[in-house]
Amino acid sequence: MAGILSYGAYIPYYRLPRSVIGKAWGQPGARGEKAVANYDEDPVTMSVAAGMDCLKGIDPKTVDALFMATTSAPYKERQNSTIVAAALDLRRQTRHADYANCLRAGTIAMLSAVDAIEAGSAKSVMVTAADMRLGGASGANEQAFGDGGAALLLGKGKVIAEIEASYTLSDDFADNWRAHDDIFVRTWEERFGLDEGYRKIPAEAAAEVMKKCNLAPKDFAKACFYGPYARRHGELGKVMGFEPAQIQESLLDTVGNTGAALPLMVLVGALEEAKPGDRILLVSWGSGADALVLRVTEEIEKIRDRRGIKRHLEMKRTLDNYEKYLRWRGLVPLEAAARPEKVPPSMPSLWREHAWAMPLYGVKCKKCGTPQLFLSAESSRPRICVECHARDEFEPYKFADKLGTVTTFSHDYLALSSDPPNTVTVVDFEGGGRGSFEMADRDPDECKVGMSVEMTFRKIFFTKGIHNYYWKCKPVRE
Amino acid sequence: MQGIKDRVAIVGMGCTKFGERWDASADDLLVEAAYEAFEDAGIGPDDIQAAWLGTTSSGNTGMLLSEPLRLGYIPITRVENACATASEAFRNASYAVAAGIYDIVLAIGVEKLKDSGISGLGGGQASPSHQLSAESTAPGSFALLATTYFARYGLSFEEGKHMIGRVSWKSHRNGALNPKAHFRKEVPMETILNAPMIAWPLGLFDCCGVSDGSAAAIITTPEIAKRMRKDPVHVKALQLCVPPRDGNVTTKYDYSHFPASVRAAQAAYKEAGVTNPREEISMAEVHDCFSITEAVTMEDLGFSPRGKVKDDIESGFFDLDGGLPVQVDGGLKCFGHPIGASGIRMIYEMYKQFQGKAGARQLKAPKLGLTHNLGGLPSGCVLFAGIFGLPEA
Repeated sequence: MAGILSYGAYIPYYRLPRSVIGKAWGQPGARGEKAVANYDEDPVTMSVAAGMDCLKGIDPKTVDALFMATTSAPYKERQNSTIVAAALDLRRQTRHADYANCLRAGTIAMLSAVDAIEAGSAKSVMVTAADMRLGGASGANEQAFGDGGAALLLGKGKVIAEIEASYTLSDDFADNWRAHDDIFVRTWEERFGLDEGYRKIPAEAAAEVMKKCNLAPKDFAKACFYGPYARRHGELGKVMGFEPAQIQESLLDTVGNTGAALPLMVLVGALEEAKPGDRILLVSWGSGADALVLRVTEEIEKIRDRRGIKRHLEMKRTLDNYEKYLRWRGLVPLEAAARPEKVPPSMPSLWREHAWAMPLYGVKCKKCGTPQLFLSAESSRPRICVECHARDEFEPYKFADKLGTVTTFSHDYLALSSDPPNTVTVVDFEGGGRGSFEMADRDPDECKVGMSVEMTFRKIFFTKGIHNYYWKCKPVRE
Repeated sequence: MQGIKDRVAIVGMGCTKFGERWDASADDLLVEAAYEAFEDAGIGPDDIQAAWLGTTSSGNTGMLLSEPLRLGYIPITRVENACATASEAFRNASYAVAAGIYDIVLAIGVEKLKDSGISGLGGGQASPSHQLSAESTAPGSFALLATTYFARYGLSFEEGKHMIGRVSWKSHRNGALNPKAHFRKEVPMETILNAPMIAWPLGLFDCCGVSDGSAAAIITTPEIAKRMRKDPVHVKALQLCVPPRDGNVTTKYDYSHFPASVRAAQAAYKEAGVTNPREEISMAEVHDCFSITEAVTMEDLGFSPRGKVKDDIESGFFDLDGGLPVQVDGGLKCFGHPIGASGIRMIYEMYKQFQGKAGARQLKAPKLGLTHNLGGLPSGCVLFAGIFGLPEA
């Protein structure tokens, strides 16, 4: 029986209290806070972060497919999941697909993965779900929506949770939508969307899947399901027949409504605390509903080292500055910087380098054993060893999963940055090798020579429709 | 290897007023510098047999020089080696004379930076590439040196800031005495220390200015020079060191010195026969693009022991009245850095000092002077070191 082999999650470092948003607009702020992706993050980078968490201790070369779910993909043409797969170091022979445009995309991707595994066309499939939907400034959606992601590795064998059954209802019930040229999600009157749709259709799917398995709400340790905000989330739990203690923490007051990622993030939260034998119900909502029944196995004890939801919730910094959020989302026209315009990357050059640069490979010299991360203005592939000068005698050497130490840094107030000052660093890696990186998610005052950093996949800049992804470093916070 | 010592001489030099020359194009700057040099040498443009033109971004080909000067059909080489471009033009011109190919040549550098509309250096149009490198600026890249230097030698932020601030304070005092400098004002230490951060830990006064300018030299053989004027200046050493830009690849680099500086300086000392630079060098113009660059360069050149430059800076050893005056003309700090011109501007101060024409900045009987001109970033930069002196030195 197909099931979950591993899980991971990602929640951005910054949290914006809803009171700060309310204050900016002279409105009452809703309760809690929302997770805010940095300006250099998007569903692609958050999928990579969740995927790295999920693949801890697992060889990425064993994964057969990657399905990425999001409603806010950075590219409308160009497969986003293939960028994620490249950064995660999956094989070129793997199948990728973007599951898009639907708040239910995460569970649809999961069910497709289960089908592929059951059909024998893939042994293991990674499903990532990440979202950063935009609500119009000053509106209710702006306060409700948060950013984040989750990743599940699905397969057979030593699963941590079996997927016992599923039930799907498709229904073109549209209370949220976004047309091709819309920046913000549009929402119909809440009473229609929530009373007629959200309270009824997911509950129907949940009831049907339980009926299918001869199970009742009392048989479940946890119910994990999507919710627009906390009060409505609680209501649906009750309608479905669950006691408050059975309802898995919705994340709506701490992370916000992360759209297509939310059901999977809530599920990861449940798996972190699950015991062998627990049954978990997973319900999504959006153009219908999916309901899945999962049963946790003994294997769950072996993957307690994920950052998942719990540790990511602890790693945070409060943004007390709403203007910074507006800047990060490009919602205010800014004075042009008195700096040269960014030159767009050359597509042939990026393509030449991408097999090396996207998964952050350097080389190790076969002659002298020196690891080296090469990045000249022209290339990321060294030809001559920096130490022994041997020519083309290298084996690939991965840096993305290595920790490093800051050898030197500067906070550059002149450089172009949406989170000034731009912190530039030189990082020496554990095991050898050095590279120059911008530092993300840092408080300038915490930067010290000798501090420990890890690598994070980010967007270096965006220009002329090109999201130029590469790696930055960030402080190790656990 | 014969080396360059006493094989070529400078018989004329010119240097424009450096600054925000809203009034002048690159053409105007070239004419201004070249004609001052012609007049100083007592020759005309028709006497020039070949020329080397240094510029990084103000134009292409030798015609950038021949067109405004209407030089007729002589060989002109356009030279680029980042911020060491002018020194490189001078070096190549000198070699052509030393090789006996030409008798009289012109080395000239120019940069027109202030037409760009941006602050700092633009870096020019990058060639199409992956553009994956971290966003960087010149101050951000050189600030890396200060962070590491402070940490490595146990300087508190305040001690380090004061040390590099004192470097700029000294240069501003010198620049105030120089009519050709861009900034001609003494700046109090308090102002320097409290200036806005540009790239932490470097503040505004730790950064050199951005200016327009041009500087030129007429180079000939020592024999011809002797006939042309009574006070020619001899070239004693010209060294260029180009590293493999490996500072951000190998963990062996410490980010608190310039390996290429050390090598270029050692080679120049050998070429000129200098054994104790701290004693034998009378004055130096070094590449103070940032205050920290000058500080570590004092160690790289062997003027101060490694890790100890603070003592020499704070005691005034490099001041105009100190044991080894550095940035006598005000340096990049006060001249700004029109990239393709700066290296020859440094030589211009040497030349005037040896001739006793440095006005209020005049040193007493200097014997040997050193110029140091680097191009690139701490992770890798081309390095020029030159030594100049009177024929008998």
